Amino acid sequence: MQATPSEREAAQEGDFVTYDLNFPALWPYWPQFLDGIRLTLALTAAATTLGLCLSILVAIGRRSDSPALRTLCGIYVEVLRNTPFIVQIFIFYFGLSSAGIQMSAAVAAALAMVINVGAYGAEIVRAGMDAVPPGQIEAAECLGLSRPRIYWHVVMQPSLERVYPALTSQFVLMMLMSSVASQISTEELSAVANNIQSDTYLSLETYIVVAALYVVLALLLKLCFWAIGEAVFRRRRMLRQAARHNRIAVQGGA
Amino acid sequence: MSGIFGAFTATHLLYLAQGAVWTVALSMLAFLLGGIAGFGVMLMRISRWAWLRAASAAVSQVVQGIPLMVLLFLSYYGVGMMGIDVPPLLAASLAMMIYTSVFLGDIWRGSVESMARTQWEAAECLSLTRWQAIRLVIVPQAVRLSLPSTVGFLVQVLKSTSLASVIGFVEITRAAQIVNNAIFQPFLVFSLVGAFYFLLCYPLSRWSRQLERKLNVRNR
Repeated sequence: MQATPSEREAAQEGDFVTYDLNFPALWPYWPQFLDGIRLTLALTAAATTLGLCLSILVAIGRRSDSPALRTLCGIYVEVLRNTPFIVQIFIFYFGLSSAGIQMSAAVAAALAMVINVGAYGAEIVRAGMDAVPPGQIEAAECLGLSRPRIYWHVVMQPSLERVYPALTSQFVLMMLMSSVASQISTEELSAVANNIQSDTYLSLETYIVVAALYVVLALLLKLCFWAIGEAVFRRRRMLRQAARHNRIAVQGGA
Repeated sequence: MSGIFGAFTATHLLYLAQGAVWTVALSMLAFLLGGIAGFGVMLMRISRWAWLRAASAAVSQVVQGIPLMVLLFLSYYGVGMMGIDVPPLLAASLAMMIYTSVFLGDIWRGSVESMARTQWEAAECLSLTRWQAIRLVIVPQAVRLSLPSTVGFLVQVLKSTSLASVIGFVEITRAAQIVNNAIFQPFLVFSLVGAFYFLLCYPLSRWSRQLERKLNVRNR
Protein backbone atom coordinates (compact mmCIF):
# COMPACT_ATOMS: atom_id res chain seq x y z
CA MET A 1 0.00 0.00 0.00
CA GLN A 2 1.29 3.39 -0.87
CA ALA A 3 0.28 6.53 0.93
CA THR A 4 -0.86 9.15 -1.51
CA PRO A 5 -0.52 12.80 -0.59
CA SER A 6 -4.25 13.10 0.02
CA GLU A 7 -4.18 10.19 2.43
CA ARG A 8 -1.34 11.88 4.19
CA GLU A 9 -3.25 15.13 4.46
CA ALA A 10 -6.22 13.23 5.85
CA ALA A 11 -3.93 11.71 8.43
CA GLN A 12 -2.76 15.13 9.43
CA GLU A 13 -6.16 16.58 10.07
CA GLY A 14 -6.79 15.19 13.55
CA ASP A 15 -5.49 16.81 16.69
CA PHE A 16 -2.97 14.04 17.10
CA VAL A 17 -0.49 12.83 14.56
CA THR A 18 -2.05 9.66 13.27
CA TYR A 19 0.23 8.98 10.35
CA ASP A 20 1.79 5.52 10.49
CA LEU A 21 5.16 4.85 8.99
CA ASN A 22 4.87 2.40 6.14
CA PHE A 23 8.20 0.61 5.73
CA PRO A 24 7.03 -2.57 3.94
CA ALA A 25 6.10 -0.49 0.88
CA LEU A 26 9.82 0.18 0.39
CA TRP A 27 10.68 -3.52 0.18
CA PRO A 28 10.36 -3.77 -3.64
CA TYR A 29 13.01 -1.08 -3.98
CA TRP A 30 15.83 -2.94 -2.29
CA PRO A 31 17.74 -3.66 -5.56
CA GLN A 32 17.92 0.10 -6.11
CA PHE A 33 19.17 0.70 -2.58
CA LEU A 34 21.77 -1.97 -3.23
CA ASP A 35 22.91 -0.27 -6.44
CA GLY A 36 23.21 2.98 -4.53
CA ILE A 37 25.29 1.33 -1.83
CA ARG A 38 27.54 -0.16 -4.48
CA LEU A 39 28.27 3.21 -6.06
CA THR A 40 28.77 4.88 -2.67
CA LEU A 41 31.32 2.20 -1.77
CA ALA A 42 33.03 2.50 -5.16
CA LEU A 43 33.34 6.27 -4.73
CA THR A 44 34.70 5.77 -1.22
CA ALA A 45 37.21 3.18 -2.39
CA ALA A 46 38.50 5.52 -5.09
CA ALA A 47 38.64 8.48 -2.72
CA THR A 48 40.46 6.43 -0.08
CA THR A 49 43.18 4.86 -2.24
CA LEU A 50 43.89 7.78 -4.57
CA GLY A 51 43.29 10.29 -1.77
CA LEU A 52 45.86 8.58 0.42
CA CYS A 53 48.48 8.77 -2.35
CA LEU A 54 47.67 12.44 -2.95
CA SER A 55 47.82 13.17 0.78
CA ILE A 56 51.28 11.67 1.09
CA LEU A 57 52.57 13.51 -1.98
CA VAL A 58 51.19 16.86 -0.80
CA ALA A 59 52.51 16.29 2.73
CA ILE A 60 55.97 15.67 1.26
CA GLY A 61 55.53 18.78 -0.90
CA ARG A 62 54.68 20.90 2.13
CA ARG A 63 57.92 19.80 3.80
CA SER A 64 60.10 20.16 0.71
CA ASP A 65 63.10 22.47 0.45
CA SER A 66 61.62 24.41 -2.45
CA PRO A 67 59.63 27.44 -1.19
CA ALA A 68 57.55 27.53 -4.38
CA LEU A 69 56.40 23.94 -3.94
CA ARG A 70 55.73 24.53 -0.25
CA THR A 71 53.56 27.57 -0.99
CA LEU A 72 51.72 25.80 -3.78
CA CYS A 73 50.86 22.82 -1.60
CA GLY A 74 49.91 25.16 1.24
CA ILE A 75 47.49 27.11 -0.95
CA TYR A 76 45.93 23.87 -2.20
CA VAL A 77 45.38 22.59 1.33
CA GLU A 78 43.98 25.85 2.71
CA VAL A 79 41.63 26.51 -0.20
CA LEU A 80 40.19 23.00 -0.14
CA ARG A 81 39.84 22.91 3.64
CA ASN A 82 38.10 26.28 3.91
CA THR A 83 35.41 25.89 1.25
CA PRO A 84 32.38 23.58 1.32
CA PHE A 85 32.55 20.31 -0.57
CA ILE A 86 29.29 21.03 -2.38
CA VAL A 87 30.75 24.22 -3.88
CA GLN A 88 33.92 22.35 -4.88
CA ILE A 89 31.91 19.66 -6.61
CA PHE A 90 29.81 22.29 -8.45
CA ILE A 91 32.88 24.15 -9.68
CA PHE A 92 34.42 20.86 -10.69
CA TYR A 93 31.44 19.44 -12.52
CA PHE A 94 29.59 22.45 -13.97
CA GLY A 95 32.66 24.65 -14.26
CA LEU A 96 34.71 22.11 -16.18
CA SER A 97 31.81 21.15 -18.42
CA SER A 98 31.23 24.80 -19.29
CA ALA A 99 34.93 24.98 -20.14
CA GLY A 100 34.38 22.11 -22.56
CA ILE A 101 35.75 19.26 -20.45
CA GLN A 102 33.03 16.62 -20.28
CA MET A 103 33.01 13.76 -17.84
CA SER A 104 30.39 11.55 -16.28
CA ALA A 105 28.91 12.65 -12.98
CA ALA A 106 30.35 9.64 -11.16
CA VAL A 107 33.88 10.34 -12.41
CA ALA A 108 33.56 14.02 -11.52
CA ALA A 109 32.32 13.10 -8.04
CA ALA A 110 35.16 10.63 -7.51
CA LEU A 111 37.76 13.18 -8.63
CA ALA A 112 36.28 15.91 -6.45
CA MET A 113 36.36 13.53 -3.50
CA VAL A 114 39.99 12.59 -4.15
CA ILE A 115 41.01 16.24 -4.36
CA ASN A 116 39.06 17.10 -1.22
CA VAL A 117 40.28 14.22 0.92
CA GLY A 118 43.81 14.81 -0.36
CA ALA A 119 43.86 18.21 1.33
CA TYR A 120 42.57 16.97 4.68
CA GLY A 121 44.76 13.88 4.54
CA ALA A 122 47.85 15.95 3.73
CA GLU A 123 47.47 17.92 6.95
CA ILE A 124 47.09 14.72 8.94
CA VAL A 125 50.08 13.00 7.32
CA ARG A 126 52.19 16.12 7.71
CA ALA A 127 51.40 16.30 11.41
CA GLY A 128 52.60 12.70 11.71
CA MET A 129 55.81 13.42 9.81
CA ASP A 130 56.51 16.53 11.88
CA ALA A 131 56.17 14.45 15.03
CA VAL A 132 59.13 12.19 14.12
CA PRO A 133 61.88 13.13 16.59
CA PRO A 134 64.94 14.54 14.77
CA GLY A 135 67.12 12.31 16.93
CA GLN A 136 65.73 9.24 15.20
CA ILE A 137 66.67 10.58 11.78
CA GLU A 138 70.15 11.46 13.03
CA ALA A 139 70.49 8.00 14.50
CA ALA A 140 69.53 6.48 11.16
CA GLU A 141 72.11 8.68 9.43
CA CYS A 142 74.74 7.48 11.88
CA LEU A 143 73.87 3.92 10.96
CA GLY A 144 74.66 4.83 7.37
CA LEU A 145 71.18 4.33 5.96
CA SER A 146 70.59 5.95 2.58
CA ARG A 147 68.22 8.92 2.39
CA PRO A 148 65.36 7.02 0.69
CA ARG A 149 65.59 4.26 3.25
CA ILE A 150 65.56 6.76 6.12
CA TYR A 151 62.54 8.40 4.55
CA TRP A 152 60.69 5.12 4.19
CA HIS A 153 61.64 3.30 7.39
CA VAL A 154 62.14 6.11 9.89
CA VAL A 155 59.86 8.91 8.69
CA MET A 156 57.06 7.47 6.55
CA GLN A 157 56.17 4.19 8.19
CA PRO A 158 56.05 5.28 11.85
CA SER A 159 54.22 8.51 11.04
CA LEU A 160 51.61 6.71 8.92
CA GLU A 161 51.11 4.27 11.75
CA ARG A 162 50.71 7.11 14.21
CA VAL A 163 48.14 9.02 12.16
CA TYR A 164 46.29 5.95 10.90
CA PRO A 165 43.28 6.44 13.24
CA ALA A 166 42.87 10.11 12.27
CA LEU A 167 43.30 9.26 8.61
CA THR A 168 40.69 6.51 8.65
CA SER A 169 38.13 8.64 10.46
CA GLN A 170 38.66 11.22 7.73
CA PHE A 171 37.92 8.53 5.15
CA VAL A 172 34.73 7.55 6.98
CA LEU A 173 33.68 11.22 6.94
CA MET A 174 34.42 11.22 3.22
CA MET A 175 32.10 8.24 2.74
CA LEU A 176 29.34 10.24 4.43
CA MET A 177 30.18 13.30 2.35
CA SER A 178 29.81 11.30 -0.85
CA SER A 179 26.07 11.85 -0.35
CA VAL A 180 26.67 15.36 -1.69
CA ALA A 181 27.49 13.79 -5.05
CA SER A 182 23.75 13.21 -5.46
CA GLN A 183 23.52 16.94 -6.19
CA ILE A 184 25.28 16.45 -9.52
CA SER A 185 23.06 13.44 -10.24
CA THR A 186 25.53 10.72 -9.35
CA GLU A 187 23.30 7.74 -8.64
CA GLU A 188 24.72 6.86 -5.24
CA LEU A 189 22.74 6.03 -2.11
CA SER A 190 21.29 9.50 -1.44
CA ALA A 191 20.31 10.03 -5.06
CA VAL A 192 18.58 6.65 -5.02
CA ALA A 193 16.71 7.84 -1.94
CA ASN A 194 15.63 10.99 -3.77
CA ASN A 195 14.29 8.90 -6.65
CA ILE A 196 12.46 6.44 -4.43
CA GLN A 197 10.82 9.10 -2.32
CA SER A 198 9.53 10.95 -5.35
CA ASP A 199 8.23 7.59 -6.64
CA THR A 200 6.44 6.54 -3.48
CA TYR A 201 5.81 9.77 -1.53
CA LEU A 202 7.21 7.85 1.45
CA SER A 203 9.84 10.51 2.11
CA LEU A 204 10.37 10.04 5.82
CA GLU A 205 10.47 6.24 5.59
CA THR A 206 12.94 6.36 2.71
CA TYR A 207 15.30 8.69 4.51
CA ILE A 208 15.08 6.68 7.73
CA VAL A 209 16.09 3.57 5.79
CA VAL A 210 18.91 5.43 4.06
CA ALA A 211 20.13 6.93 7.34
CA ALA A 212 20.23 3.44 8.85
CA LEU A 213 22.12 2.14 5.82
CA TYR A 214 24.70 4.92 6.18
CA VAL A 215 25.16 4.16 9.87
CA VAL A 216 25.75 0.49 9.05
CA LEU A 217 28.13 1.40 6.23
CA ALA A 218 30.08 3.71 8.55
CA LEU A 219 30.40 0.97 11.17
CA LEU A 220 31.47 -1.61 8.58
CA LEU A 221 34.01 0.80 7.15
CA LYS A 222 35.48 1.45 10.60
CA LEU A 223 35.70 -2.30 11.18
CA CYS A 224 37.38 -2.75 7.81
CA PHE A 225 39.96 -0.04 8.53
CA TRP A 226 40.67 -1.56 11.93
CA ALA A 227 41.30 -4.97 10.32
CA ILE A 228 43.53 -3.43 7.65
CA GLY A 229 45.46 -1.56 10.35
CA GLU A 230 46.03 -4.79 12.26
CA ALA A 231 47.28 -6.51 9.12
CA VAL A 232 49.49 -3.71 7.84
CA PHE A 233 51.12 -2.45 11.00
CA ARG A 234 53.05 -5.46 12.22
CA ARG A 235 54.80 -3.48 14.92
CA ARG A 236 51.55 -2.76 16.72
CA ARG A 237 50.67 -6.47 16.72
CA MET A 238 54.10 -7.44 17.98
CA LEU A 239 53.96 -4.88 20.77
CA ARG A 240 50.62 -6.19 21.93
CA GLN A 241 51.87 -9.76 21.79
CA ALA A 242 54.94 -8.84 23.79
CA ALA A 243 52.78 -7.08 26.33
CA ARG A 244 50.64 -10.17 26.69
CA HIS A 245 53.63 -12.42 27.13
CA ASN A 246 55.34 -10.29 29.68
CA ARG A 247 52.11 -9.21 31.34
CA ILE A 248 53.48 -5.72 31.61
CA ALA A 249 52.04 -2.63 30.02
CA VAL A 250 54.07 -1.50 27.05
CA GLN A 251 54.06 2.24 26.73
CA GLY A 252 52.26 3.68 23.69
CA GLY A 253 53.51 3.78 20.10
CA ALA A 254 55.93 6.70 20.10
CA MET B 1 27.86 42.75 -22.23
CA SER B 2 30.93 40.63 -22.61
CA GLY B 3 34.12 39.71 -20.80
CA ILE B 4 34.38 37.24 -17.98
CA PHE B 5 31.35 38.65 -16.22
CA GLY B 6 29.04 38.06 -19.18
CA ALA B 7 25.44 38.36 -18.05
CA PHE B 8 26.44 38.67 -14.41
CA THR B 9 25.09 41.97 -13.07
CA ALA B 10 24.86 43.87 -9.81
CA THR B 11 21.40 42.40 -9.23
CA HIS B 12 22.87 38.92 -9.18
CA LEU B 13 25.58 40.07 -6.81
CA LEU B 14 22.96 41.56 -4.50
CA TYR B 15 21.05 38.28 -4.56
CA LEU B 16 24.20 36.40 -3.60
CA ALA B 17 24.85 38.90 -0.81
CA GLN B 18 21.39 38.26 0.59
CA GLY B 19 22.16 34.54 0.53
CA ALA B 20 25.43 35.26 2.32
CA VAL B 21 23.55 36.96 5.15
CA TRP B 22 21.41 33.85 5.55
CA THR B 23 24.49 31.63 5.54
CA VAL B 24 25.92 33.62 8.44
CA ALA B 25 22.57 33.70 10.24
CA LEU B 26 22.06 29.95 9.94
CA SER B 27 25.63 29.30 11.09
CA MET B 28 25.15 31.46 14.16
CA LEU B 29 21.81 29.85 14.94
CA ALA B 30 23.24 26.37 14.51
CA PHE B 31 26.25 27.16 16.66
CA LEU B 32 24.16 28.79 19.39
CA LEU B 33 21.48 26.09 19.57
CA GLY B 34 24.00 23.33 18.98
CA GLY B 35 26.24 24.75 21.69
CA ILE B 36 23.44 24.69 24.26
CA ALA B 37 22.35 21.19 23.26
CA GLY B 38 25.99 20.12 23.00
CA PHE B 39 26.55 21.12 26.60
CA GLY B 40 23.67 18.83 27.51
CA VAL B 41 25.16 16.03 25.43
CA MET B 42 28.50 16.53 27.19
CA LEU B 43 26.82 16.35 30.62
CA MET B 44 25.08 13.12 29.62
CA ARG B 45 28.29 11.62 28.36
CA ILE B 46 30.13 12.25 31.64
CA SER B 47 27.12 11.31 33.73
CA ARG B 48 27.50 9.18 36.87
CA TRP B 49 24.91 6.75 35.56
CA ALA B 50 26.47 4.18 33.27
CA TRP B 51 23.25 3.64 31.30
CA LEU B 52 23.00 7.34 30.44
CA ARG B 53 26.64 7.43 29.37
CA ALA B 54 26.15 4.35 27.19
CA ALA B 55 22.88 5.58 25.70
CA SER B 56 24.20 9.04 24.85
CA ALA B 57 27.39 7.58 23.39
CA ALA B 58 25.34 5.23 21.22
CA VAL B 59 23.10 8.04 19.99
CA SER B 60 26.18 10.17 19.22
CA GLN B 61 27.70 7.32 17.25
CA VAL B 62 24.52 6.86 15.23
CA VAL B 63 24.10 10.56 14.46
CA GLN B 64 27.76 10.84 13.47
CA GLY B 65 27.18 7.96 11.06
CA ILE B 66 24.41 9.80 9.18
CA PRO B 67 25.43 12.25 6.46
CA LEU B 68 24.31 15.79 7.28
CA MET B 69 22.39 15.90 4.01
CA VAL B 70 20.29 12.90 5.01
CA LEU B 71 19.82 14.46 8.45
CA LEU B 72 18.49 17.59 6.74
CA PHE B 73 16.01 15.58 4.69
CA LEU B 74 14.96 13.63 7.78
CA SER B 75 14.30 16.82 9.70
CA TYR B 76 12.51 18.41 6.73
CA TYR B 77 10.14 15.50 6.14
CA GLY B 78 9.99 14.52 9.81
CA VAL B 79 8.78 17.94 10.92
CA GLY B 80 6.52 17.98 7.87
CA MET B 81 4.89 14.83 9.16
CA MET B 82 3.60 16.75 12.17
CA GLY B 83 1.27 18.45 9.75
CA ILE B 84 2.87 21.86 9.60
CA ASP B 85 4.03 23.49 6.43
CA VAL B 86 7.73 23.49 7.28
CA PRO B 87 9.69 26.65 6.74
CA PRO B 88 13.11 25.49 5.46
CA LEU B 89 14.82 27.64 8.10
CA LEU B 90 13.17 25.60 10.87
CA ALA B 91 14.10 22.25 9.34
CA ALA B 92 17.63 23.44 8.58
CA SER B 93 18.25 24.79 12.08
CA LEU B 94 16.87 21.63 13.66
CA ALA B 95 19.16 19.37 11.62
CA MET B 96 22.15 21.66 12.08
CA MET B 97 21.49 21.83 15.81
CA ILE B 98 21.45 18.04 16.16
CA TYR B 99 24.58 17.69 14.05
CA THR B 100 26.44 20.46 15.91
CA SER B 101 25.40 19.32 19.37
CA VAL B 102 26.68 15.78 18.85
CA PHE B 103 30.09 16.88 17.59
CA LEU B 104 30.51 19.68 20.13
CA GLY B 105 29.41 17.29 22.87
CA ASP B 106 32.17 14.95 21.79
CA ILE B 107 34.81 17.70 21.67
CA TRP B 108 33.85 19.07 25.08
CA ARG B 109 33.63 15.62 26.65
CA GLY B 110 37.19 15.04 25.51
CA SER B 111 38.50 18.17 27.19
CA VAL B 112 36.49 17.60 30.38
CA GLU B 113 37.78 14.05 30.63
CA SER B 114 41.35 15.22 30.17
CA MET B 115 41.11 17.30 33.34
CA ALA B 116 43.21 15.84 36.13
CA ARG B 117 41.30 13.58 38.54
CA THR B 118 42.68 15.60 41.41
CA GLN B 119 40.63 18.59 40.27
CA TRP B 120 37.45 16.62 40.90
CA GLU B 121 38.80 15.33 44.20
CA ALA B 122 39.83 18.79 45.37
CA ALA B 123 36.37 20.09 44.52
CA GLU B 124 34.87 17.25 46.52
CA CYS B 125 37.11 18.08 49.49
CA LEU B 126 35.77 21.62 49.39
CA SER B 127 32.37 19.94 49.71
CA LEU B 128 31.20 21.31 46.37
CA THR B 129 28.32 19.41 44.85
CA ARG B 130 28.94 17.66 41.55
CA TRP B 131 27.12 20.40 39.66
CA GLN B 132 29.15 23.08 41.46
CA ALA B 133 32.35 21.21 40.68
CA ILE B 134 31.45 21.06 37.00
CA ARG B 135 30.35 24.69 36.88
CA LEU B 136 33.09 26.31 38.98
CA VAL B 137 36.11 24.05 38.62
CA ILE B 138 35.98 21.81 35.59
CA VAL B 139 34.23 23.83 32.89
CA PRO B 140 36.28 27.06 33.25
CA GLN B 141 39.47 25.05 32.72
CA ALA B 142 38.05 22.77 30.07
CA VAL B 143 36.78 25.71 28.02
CA ARG B 144 40.32 26.96 27.50
CA LEU B 145 41.47 23.51 26.50
CA SER B 146 38.64 22.95 24.04
CA LEU B 147 38.80 26.38 22.42
CA PRO B 148 40.98 25.43 19.41
CA SER B 149 38.79 22.47 18.44
CA THR B 150 35.62 24.46 19.06
CA VAL B 151 36.74 27.24 16.74
CA GLY B 152 37.85 24.59 14.25
CA PHE B 153 34.40 23.08 14.38
CA LEU B 154 32.84 26.49 13.80
CA VAL B 155 34.55 26.41 10.39
CA GLN B 156 32.93 23.03 9.84
CA VAL B 157 29.50 24.44 10.74
CA LEU B 158 29.93 27.40 8.39
CA LYS B 159 30.79 25.11 5.51
CA SER B 160 28.05 22.63 6.39
CA THR B 161 25.30 25.23 6.14
CA SER B 162 25.86 25.00 2.37
CA LEU B 163 24.02 21.67 2.50
CA ALA B 164 20.85 23.39 3.69
CA SER B 165 20.47 24.31 0.02
CA VAL B 166 19.16 20.78 -0.65
CA ILE B 167 15.95 21.41 1.29
CA GLY B 168 15.40 24.74 -0.45
CA PHE B 169 16.81 27.08 2.16
CA VAL B 170 18.14 30.02 0.15
CA GLU B 171 21.56 30.60 1.65
CA ILE B 172 24.48 31.55 -0.56
CA THR B 173 24.99 28.16 -2.23
CA ARG B 174 21.30 27.88 -3.15
CA ALA B 175 21.35 31.50 -4.31
CA ALA B 176 24.33 30.66 -6.51
CA GLN B 177 22.47 27.71 -8.02
CA ILE B 178 19.53 29.95 -8.81
CA VAL B 179 21.73 32.65 -10.36
CA ASN B 180 23.62 30.01 -12.31
CA ASN B 181 20.40 28.54 -13.66
CA ALA B 182 19.52 31.97 -15.00
CA ILE B 183 22.81 33.00 -16.62
CA PHE B 184 24.80 29.75 -16.78
CA GLN B 185 28.18 31.02 -15.62
CA PRO B 186 28.99 28.18 -13.22
CA PHE B 187 32.69 28.84 -12.95
CA LEU B 188 32.28 32.52 -12.10
CA VAL B 189 29.31 32.14 -9.77
CA PHE B 190 30.57 29.20 -7.77
CA SER B 191 34.10 30.61 -7.55
CA LEU B 192 32.64 33.79 -6.07
CA VAL B 193 30.73 31.75 -3.54
CA GLY B 194 33.81 29.66 -2.78
CA ALA B 195 35.77 32.86 -2.20
CA PHE B 196 33.10 34.07 0.22
CA TYR B 197 33.35 30.89 2.28
CA PHE B 198 37.12 31.07 2.19
CA LEU B 199 37.15 34.66 3.44
CA LEU B 200 35.02 33.65 6.40
CA CYS B 201 36.63 30.31 7.18
CA TYR B 202 40.31 30.96 6.65
CA PRO B 203 40.71 33.54 9.45
CA LEU B 204 38.82 31.22 11.79
CA SER B 205 41.07 28.30 10.84
CA ARG B 206 44.14 30.42 11.48
CA TRP B 207 42.77 31.58 14.80
CA SER B 208 42.10 27.98 15.79
CA ARG B 209 45.66 26.98 14.93
CA GLN B 210 47.05 29.97 16.81
CA LEU B 211 45.08 29.04 19.92
CA GLU B 212 46.36 25.51 19.67
CA ARG B 213 49.94 26.67 19.47
CA LYS B 214 49.52 29.01 22.42
CA LEU B 215 48.05 26.24 24.56
CA ASN B 216 50.83 23.83 23.74
CA VAL B 217 53.44 26.36 24.79
CA ARG B 218 51.70 26.87 28.10
CA ASN B 219 51.37 23.18 28.75
CA ARG B 220 55.03 22.55 28.26
